[in-house]
Amino acid sequence: MLTNEEVAQTIINQFGEAVTDFDDPYNLLTFSTSREQIVPLISFLKSHSTYQFGFLTDITAVHYPDSVGKEFCVVYHMHSLINNFRLRIKVYLTADDVHIPTMTGLFASANWMERETFDLFGIIFDGHPDLRRILNMEEMDYFPMRKEYPLEDSTRHDKIDALFGR
Amino acid sequence: MVSEELDIANKNLPAEQGPIQYVNELTTLNLGPTHPATHGIFQNVLQMDGEKIVSGEQTIGYIHRAFEKIAERRPFYQITTLTDRMNYCSSPINNMGWHMTVEKLLGIEIPKRAQYIRVIMMELARLADHLICNGILGVDTGAFTGFLYIYQERENIYEIYEEVCGARLTTNMGRIGGMERDLSPTAIRKIKELIPRFRKVLTEFENLFNRNRIFMDRVIGVGGISAERALSYGFTGPNLRAAGVDYDVRVMNPYSSYEDFEFDIPIGQSGDTYDRFMVRNAEMWQSLRIIEQAINNLPEGSYYADAPQYYLPPKQEVYKNMEALIYHFKIVMGEIDAPAGEVYHAVEGGNGELGFYLISDGGRAPYRLHFRRPCFIYYQAYPEMCKGLTLSDAIVIMSSMNVIAGELDA
Repeated sequence: MLTNEEVAQTIINQFGEAVTDFDDPYNLLTFSTSREQIVPLISFLKSHSTYQFGFLTDITAVHYPDSVGKEFCVVYHMHSLINNFRLRIKVYLTADDVHIPTMTGLFASANWMERETFDLFGIIFDGHPDLRRILNMEEMDYFPMRKEYPLEDSTRHDKIDALFGR
Repeated sequence: MVSEELDIANKNLPAEQGPIQYVNELTTLNLGPTHPATHGIFQNVLQMDGEKIVSGEQTIGYIHRAFEKIAERRPFYQITTLTDRMNYCSSPINNMGWHMTVEKLLGIEIPKRAQYIRVIMMELARLADHLICNGILGVDTGAFTGFLYIYQERENIYEIYEEVCGARLTTNMGRIGGMERDLSPTAIRKIKELIPRFRKVLTEFENLFNRNRIFMDRVIGVGGISAERALSYGFTGPNLRAAGVDYDVRVMNPYSSYEDFEFDIPIGQSGDTYDRFMVRNAEMWQSLRIIEQAINNLPEGSYYADAPQYYLPPKQEVYKNMEALIYHFKIVMGEIDAPAGEVYHAVEGGNGELGFYLISDGGRAPYRLHFRRPCFIYYQAYPEMCKGLTLSDAIVIMSSMNVIAGELDA
């Protein structure tokens, strides 16, 4: 049975300064890295002889418009089926440079997950074989999951957040 | 052979017309968006060389309803109705998965009785889901009888849903913190009656299909995928187990007291359509085992947790009790704030690992909610699986993958 501390220590020993912000919310090991290190990091985890993180559970993104310099966060969920151990990797990107390397070379499943993330957030996955919109139509010229597109009709001034929530 | 036929045809043509040239070009075939055999709204543009599929390109998103965006404005308990509409063949699993995600965020421990009721409802949902998938697979191979045999049982399962939550398809079952009502004596009787009757019908269904030569010829060796490719493609659920990987969220990360029950994980070998069919059948037997254990050992006690801030109080209480009225008002108006946190919770859905990635910033609605929809992820393997096969094989593979349009597009 792997522990969070043990896996975290191995990753720190291998990558040193490049991995930061270790945390374990609800007992799921979480840490951040830079976009330069994300492919080496995930291929290290995938090919590690004992950990064998051979399953990419999910790729998604989160938009934090208020945190300057860290507007976008791409989140990877990995799963080691052999050890039954999950972890979460975050990569923060700035709003004016939303490029990140693709994961399609390591996992075939990354293809549509990255297309979905591109479609909804406009994160550009460099090296992706076919980065097109997947759920929305091609003609769309904005990225709907970004926080600057509110769900409610913006011409309504009576529906204020104080009364109706976010 | 084609060129020989052309030579014969050219011999009979008048000389001044010139010979017919054989041009090797592909036919483009639109399978969908609305086609009776696709069981949902998704399009496949297939390149066909005669009868063989050379390549395929999928277009999805025809029923994209932006659930993730809608969820960012809704109070937590209103998001349950969104999860109903994802995999609508097994809505209770989605509902329970969402409730458990929120309970994990809030740190609520729910009573054993509620957990057992949830297990019963989730396994009934799994039965309904696999019934539809395998029944339709039979219909797509031309065997209508099996489908009719088992569809009566789906109706009976839906009657149990009605008894437990009042709805049939989009169930909105349960509450954050437990169930909205206890299992009624009628519900218990119906569940207990269902188990032996279902076993009989399932035996008949298996007798019709499992060693049926016509069916076996249509499905064995069709659409196989290796375990390695399946894992790379993010397969989960019965499709992954058919390829020989015994990954089941119920066993690996037990939730809702699944560790109390004894059941097996059926696996296949080659990951072809026949294996997927057999794994689903075997899983139905295991689901029946779980339901039987749960209903016979149903613990006494409350069916909801003591979490008045989050659990919608029973309606009778609201009329008599001041606190219940206040909480009722606050919950319904969405005035309850959840603590800040970040949760990933996975349940074994009808067709794979259904994950909920929830980020709360301490407000009344999620800051971000992402659904890991299993069939969205594994459906991308479809062109690879039907390459080199015929169109009729492609239809059978699609049925056996259990792709649900509502979940695909979310």
